[in-house]
Amino acid sequence: MKQRGQVFKLSFMLLFVLAIVLAGCGGNNNAGGNTGASSEPTAAAGDSAGASAQPSGDKPKVAFVYIGPPGDGGYTYQHDLGRKEMEEKLGIEAHIVENVPEGPDAERIITELAQSHDIVFTTSFGYMEQTLNVAKKFPNVKFDHASGFKTADNMGTYFGKNYQASYLTGIAAGKMTKKNHLGYVGAFPISEVIYNLNAFTLGAQSVNPDIKVDVVWTNTWYDPTTERQAAISLLDKGADVLLAYQDSPATIQAAKERGAFAGGNDSDMKKFAPDNYLTNPVWNWGPYYTKTVQSVMDGTWKNEQYSGDMADGMVDLAPFGNKVPEDVQKLVEDAKAKIISGELNVFTGPISDNQGNEKVPAGKTLTLEEVLGMDWLVNGVIGPLPK
Amino acid sequence: MSQEKASGRTLREPVQLASGGRLPWRLEYDSSRIRTPWWTPIVSVALALLLCAIFIYANGMSPVTVYSKMFRGAFGTSYGITETLVKAIPLLLCGLGIAVAYRISVWNIGAEGQLTVGAIAATAVTIYFPNLSGFWSILLMLIFGIAAGALWGLFTAIPKTHFGVNELITSLMLNYVALLALDYVTFGPWKDPKGFNMPGSPVFTDAQSLPVLGGTRLHIGLILALVAVVIYYLMIRFTRWGYELRIIGANPTAARYAGIHIKRHIIIVMLISGGLAGLAGMTEVSGVSHKLMQGLSPGYGYTAIIVAWLAKLNPLGLVVTSVMFGGLIVGGFSVQTIGLPSSISEMLQGAILFFLIAGDMVTRFRIRRGA
Repeated sequence: MKQRGQVFKLSFMLLFVLAIVLAGCGGNNNAGGNTGASSEPTAAAGDSAGASAQPSGDKPKVAFVYIGPPGDGGYTYQHDLGRKEMEEKLGIEAHIVENVPEGPDAERIITELAQSHDIVFTTSFGYMEQTLNVAKKFPNVKFDHASGFKTADNMGTYFGKNYQASYLTGIAAGKMTKKNHLGYVGAFPISEVIYNLNAFTLGAQSVNPDIKVDVVWTNTWYDPTTERQAAISLLDKGADVLLAYQDSPATIQAAKERGAFAGGNDSDMKKFAPDNYLTNPVWNWGPYYTKTVQSVMDGTWKNEQYSGDMADGMVDLAPFGNKVPEDVQKLVEDAKAKIISGELNVFTGPISDNQGNEKVPAGKTLTLEEVLGMDWLVNGVIGPLPK
Repeated sequence: MSQEKASGRTLREPVQLASGGRLPWRLEYDSSRIRTPWWTPIVSVALALLLCAIFIYANGMSPVTVYSKMFRGAFGTSYGITETLVKAIPLLLCGLGIAVAYRISVWNIGAEGQLTVGAIAATAVTIYFPNLSGFWSILLMLIFGIAAGALWGLFTAIPKTHFGVNELITSLMLNYVALLALDYVTFGPWKDPKGFNMPGSPVFTDAQSLPVLGGTRLHIGLILALVAVVIYYLMIRFTRWGYELRIIGANPTAARYAGIHIKRHIIIVMLISGGLAGLAGMTEVSGVSHKLMQGLSPGYGYTAIIVAWLAKLNPLGLVVTSVMFGGLIVGGFSVQTIGLPSSISEMLQGAILFFLIAGDMVTRFRIRRGA
């Protein structure tokens, strides 16, 4: 009799263990519920499914490595739009691998793709070392890594000056805030995020000198739950306009619940909260992917370090939300025209950091290299940079 | 009555699921069946494959194509095989540790945390003794990794033996403590000064990395894991300690009457369990990632629970199931190139465990004729 009680106890324990294991497995995949735009991925997957069956002739085999799912509604979604545009223009069907963590797994996946493709696009900063390692092993395959700085004979990089659009978003935010208190949800305290945060702050200060910006680092590119918590904590601290350098629209959704204004990143996120939406920087990768794959077809591919901007359209600004007034829109559009013409440069002095040191003297402009290595916060951003 | 309930007596009443005499048969719980039949793991895997096939089919793909793609991704090429083995190493080590503990019903679900502290401790060697020769730094990293994992296991064992704290709770909670400790060192004191402010320790030197096989990523941790399997087998089979473990596992009451010191066994078992997971953490950080970073383990400590249970805690079975689950992870990414999300492999893992546990229960019932 004792034995059976034992058995039941054991089963309960195991059920509990099952629950834990499933929770553990599900932990890094809690995407679906929060993102909204989930109709895309299956369609995209379906597209690429046929590729292996189709004889490609002399068309190059193209692969993409994504950090999140194409349905994230942000960063990966834009890359996927770019992929589709390239496929349509060139009549190619590319392969994608999504949700690839920036750790040892990435190297295996890039290696696998390198074995059967001519060019592999690795679309996140954290793939840099892995892409470089694999590039050394496959000299005949081309690699193109987004947002990094390391290259090889067969490995180039591409990214854009999205801080230009962050600056413009800052202008809108500086006009829209009633408390002169903005909030910024930053992914990692790395240069890419820092120069966007700084540009956003400078943009806001250009129309509203009293602005202060609170920042929360989530330490993840894509985790809607964490992003949301960060946004809520900023709203609790009193910020009334938010911008998120994250891959999902979770911040905008949080702002909607509290009646605040917010923008996201990477993609036009207006549809998630049209009345609470500000605007934000967007990527337009299609022309670059088309051009690059075309150059592989023509045999003219070079390992360049491509940096797009608002002038060539790789970086742009999303349409404004419904509640952004005409005069604010006008202000932003004017500044945009100046940026495109080269008249306005975001990082032109005088700029000092938030520790009181002058970083850019009056009249001087930071070089692109200095921008890409930025490791200080401009005056007006609250708190030290985690180092 | 109340006392009966308190002792769980009500649970022990015979379970009958047949409705009052309407059906010509009834289900009866057979308490004499302590061991589940040998075929439950195999049937569980088959049922899990079948269940997931339905979802694959619903996604508009052929389950046969998907499974064969998965299999080829994991075992079809020499590259795939080495990658599968790379994944199998931490699963085998953690699974072995879990098996030791589960053998005497100590439900350690803290392998993930024990692995993590093992990795942290091994990295500590690279930070504080950066200039040791290859032999000494690897040896020291091994010792630190195992010791840290064992210590983490002890944090679960002592509260259980001395204060009656449920080990499920403590071992699980300690996982999060370990992950936060990992965050602390990778974001804080050990952050790579040349890492552009990304969290993570500096990359290990060659002297701090485990030797690998040729141009692959398969490292010497595989041999360590296999040695651990053999030792585990010999200990369980041929030592007095193993004999006592088997008695405790079969009948703790009898074991106590026989004068076996159960508390001491719980502590020893948790030290071993944690130590093996800590070793997995060391081999993972020194053999695969070559630096301490977030997301070091994609849940090896949790997957290893399924691995251990599927192997029915058998050491040789563990070798098979850990390779199989390594293949499941590697193959899971391969199916993406034909357009399925990688979560299919997570689904399979969950389904396998589900059917396995259900199987342990269901096979204890007998169908009897007559109401």
